[in-house]
Amino acid sequence: MSRGLRPALQLGMPVLLLVVTAVIAGGLSKTHQLEFENALVMTAIVVALYVFMGNSGVISFGHVSFVAVGAYLAGLLTVDPQTKAFTMPELLGVLRHSHIGTLPSLALAAVVGAVYALAVGLPLMRLSGLPAGIATFAVLGITYNVLYYWQKIGPTAQTLSDIPETGRWTIALGAIIAVVVAYVYQSSRFGRQLRATREDPAAARASGISIYRQRLLAFTVSGALAGLAGGLYVHELGIITPDLFYLDLTFVTLAMLVFGGMGSLWGAVLGALSISALNSFLGDAENTVHVGFRLTLPNGTRLVTIGAVMALVLILRPSGLTGGREFGWRRR
Amino acid sequence: MNWGQAIADAIALGALYGVVAVGIGLVFGVMRLINFAYGELITAGAYVLAYTSGWPPVLAIVACFAAVIALALAQERIAFRPLRRSGATPATMLVATFAVSFLLQAIYLLAFGTRGKIVGTLGELNSAFTVNGVDIRWIVLVTTVTGLALLAATATMLNRTNMGLHLRAAAHDFRTARILGVRANRVIGLSFVVAGFLAAAVSVLYTVSNPLVQPSMGVPITIFALVGVVVGGLDRLWSAALGGFAVGFVYGMFGDVLSSQASPYLPSVVYGAVILVLLLRPAGLFAPFRAREVERV
Repeated sequence: MSRGLRPALQLGMPVLLLVVTAVIAGGLSKTHQLEFENALVMTAIVVALYVFMGNSGVISFGHVSFVAVGAYLAGLLTVDPQTKAFTMPELLGVLRHSHIGTLPSLALAAVVGAVYALAVGLPLMRLSGLPAGIATFAVLGITYNVLYYWQKIGPTAQTLSDIPETGRWTIALGAIIAVVVAYVYQSSRFGRQLRATREDPAAARASGISIYRQRLLAFTVSGALAGLAGGLYVHELGIITPDLFYLDLTFVTLAMLVFGGMGSLWGAVLGALSISALNSFLGDAENTVHVGFRLTLPNGTRLVTIGAVMALVLILRPSGLTGGREFGWRRR
Repeated sequence: MNWGQAIADAIALGALYGVVAVGIGLVFGVMRLINFAYGELITAGAYVLAYTSGWPPVLAIVACFAAVIALALAQERIAFRPLRRSGATPATMLVATFAVSFLLQAIYLLAFGTRGKIVGTLGELNSAFTVNGVDIRWIVLVTTVTGLALLAATATMLNRTNMGLHLRAAAHDFRTARILGVRANRVIGLSFVVAGFLAAAVSVLYTVSNPLVQPSMGVPITIFALVGVVVGGLDRLWSAALGGFAVGFVYGMFGDVLSSQASPYLPSVVYGAVILVLLLRPAGLFAPFRAREVERV
């Protein structure tokens, strides 16, 4: 492969895959369209997760908090104020009276995700290893707990509904923006510095790299992308509850990332799309699907199969489907 | 408010989490693996108890122990041993245990349904006796005593027996221990058997106060114990046990102390305290005071 082609393909293939997903979704029934849109949102979340975890090698269980904050802000600001006054009388004034369009709400979701991640990262990025994992998990626990009970910032345990839904191209565009930002970041000197700290912290430090600062930057960038992904999620679903943004989503997105290969953007995109596809196919198979013959799986096999497939791939191929390589990377 | 009552309940909860923490810490010590699917062992034990509610308690408890230890060994043999051989990174290992946890929950859901089962074994332990105006349920006493006894027994096994010596050697330096003749698979298998034994004991004790068994009931138990283990300090079993006890105790106390307006935010308070401890003492609250630069996932 020529020199100019390789970087073009490394960014182009993930983007192409997302475009293809969006195009195929257009020709499908309403239910399937929703599943494809969901796959695009999952890709955005996993890419956000990748920006931090893939480049730094530090585990974060907290990213779903940034998704949640982005989703709730984007949702609350686009709901009609009259509805809000009726369903959430306790809401803070700014949230209750504002009413903005979908696109500005997505931008704000990214901003609030970045701000929250920066605020959390300032103290937490000094940690690494398991303490970092547990501390980020504690952030998730607090976010969930507060969203579940505090009436000033949302409908608490009730569903937040009547959020305007958006088309598949907005969602696809959002996911593509996430991929492009991730690619630009990892090709920049900051991304390279952070990957150097992942490979050898001592050597990186000796070369004058501040591990804390590089991690904080990556955490903030990935917080912004996670917030954006949250905004996409809320405009895809139209209704949300706090339970959407807790352990299940954390586990699924983490598993998608590791499944695809934690070390590469290509792995993040591939992992998110392939698990989504498997999930969607098995969901269909529970209501009979034609694959040359009639296939009907008993209810509940979907989760078992997904769990088994993920466990198997991790055991047999611990570096994920892509082995942590970008698209087109040749083994030597 | 009744302080004596609050303290008694908190101690029992702490003892329970202390036992779970030791189960997790033991396997971590030998394998450097946080087993997130540990709670599913407890769930399995609870299901066995639910399905054997009509049996004599002794038989039901024996069945529970046998099933849980078998499942613990199966986890090790089927999932974690191949993973260790393939040289997976710690992050992958952790996510793999997530996957095992997810898979087991899905299997429970498929096999036993969402609605939950009720455990009737040892239900009579929920009756209370009174000391100085404090109502103490028998199960609180039983949990505390059993928890302490299990911790003491584990410590004795580790410090006084040959197998314990091998375990400690492997936990300290796995490669060197192997070179010196410690059998890796046997030691790891043993750590899973002991961890399974502790999980089964937790199933029995836990279901007396919380008789409703559901597919995902193990998750919050694992999370709290794991938080306790890390807060206490992973390097030693007693610090992990203390950490587990501390988290359980604090949770129990706050639950009684906080006003009804503040009590929904109890998890936030506990998690906030956890973050604070980790920032101030990343190696753990009860770890020795010398600074150490060991990075682990």
